[in-house]
Amino acid sequence: MTKPRNYQTEAIIIKKVKLGEADRILTLYTPHLGKIQGVAKGIRRPRSKLAGHLELLTYSLVSLAHGRNLDIIIGSQTIESFLSLKSDLWLTSCALYATELINQFTADHIENQSLFWLLLETIRRLSEVGDIELVLRHYEMHLLNEVGYRPELMNCASCHSKLKPVTNVFSPSSGGVLCPKCSRIHTLTYPLSVNTLKVLRLLQNSDYETASKIKMNPDISREMENVITHYIEYLLERGVKSAVWLNILREQIKEETLNQVVISQ
Amino acid sequence: MNQDLSPIAGAVNRLIQEFNRLPGIGPKSAQRISYYLLRAPEEQTKLLADAIVSVKEKIKLCSICFNVTETDPCSICQNDQRDRSNICIVEQPQDILAVEHTKIYNGLYHVLHGAISPTEGVGTSDIKISELMNRLQDGSVKEVILATNTNLEGEQTAMYLNKLIAPLGINVTRLARGLPFGTELEYADDVTLTRAFEGRQRF
Repeated sequence: MTKPRNYQTEAIIIKKVKLGEADRILTLYTPHLGKIQGVAKGIRRPRSKLAGHLELLTYSLVSLAHGRNLDIIIGSQTIESFLSLKSDLWLTSCALYATELINQFTADHIENQSLFWLLLETIRRLSEVGDIELVLRHYEMHLLNEVGYRPELMNCASCHSKLKPVTNVFSPSSGGVLCPKCSRIHTLTYPLSVNTLKVLRLLQNSDYETASKIKMNPDISREMENVITHYIEYLLERGVKSAVWLNILREQIKEETLNQVVISQ
Repeated sequence: MNQDLSPIAGAVNRLIQEFNRLPGIGPKSAQRISYYLLRAPEEQTKLLADAIVSVKEKIKLCSICFNVTETDPCSICQNDQRDRSNICIVEQPQDILAVEHTKIYNGLYHVLHGAISPTEGVGTSDIKISELMNRLQDGSVKEVILATNTNLEGEQTAMYLNKLIAPLGINVTRLARGLPFGTELEYADDVTLTRAFEGRQRF
């Protein structure tokens, strides 16, 4: 039987690159086809019917036609547009970070339904009120689970002995936590306090409903972010571009809150 | 491959390669243009070569608004007839052409030369934001019009600029985002329709 000429899929738009005068190559993350690419013709013209339905961070129903090289996007209908998220600079940046990670960690045409739902749920959670940093950490830990880089947090990644409740270290190259004894023979490690390790374990093994009950203090939050960022950068062998931007925004938000405190005093 | 064995003469080959490097021109188009020029009158080819050389020699960026210009400051920044209390922020020099074509705006411009794009590593220091903030220091500007693109990057840039400029007491406005002229409502996406409803006006 010949392959049908057209097909339809739900998708989240995770990346776009300009092509020619008015076209774009879009990267879509889909539940059944994994990561795919498609050409959206004429999408940069003001009268494009598809443009609004194919903007980054949009959850759409997309129709594609098989092309010679890349498939051609022939139709699209928004399912969820996440308007509240797109009207907020910080939240948009967080969601872009989530999509950049999924783009970096996945290969084309490899189906991973739970990863798709994880991304969609994360974007939904970012558009709602909640602890944004916690949403991101939960996403990172579960993304690592899904793509096969689940960090070892129960036993020492080197000697496999059970970790004791003392300050251990996280070693990106060993793929997990090392006990104080093994930490001496490994370079490039990051200290990990007992409380942070507990929160990491909880994030790794529980759904968001349970994880959202955690009240993180700023120290734990910063330590976790530091460890996970270094681990991700080690795995990708490069920095995450949108993470740099997130840090700039974080600094500015911190300054603004400080200024507001000074004014109110 | 040994260049001498190529069936195409060296100079033509070089021309084809140079054209091939231009955006939107593939190897076949590059060949077609090169052979066309080979047959074209010498005068025409000289004009083309001249135009290419002078665009690099004469054109620079205006030191005030960063538009492309032959004179510094550019003709818009020099023009006394223009309203100096309004600045329209655009992403690219081409956007100025589009706005000027409407003849509806009589203020000044500021070209950012890009938009914030976290996933492509374009941050605030890669576009002309600090230069814009310097321009706004003297207090003569009353209104800043954000005319960045209405895609995600343009929106992000607009939100970021609003956060920086609003505390200075300057009126920050954004071009209306809604339905473009000549389109059909049924194809409009949620974001556009929502914005169109929010920005509806008395008829």
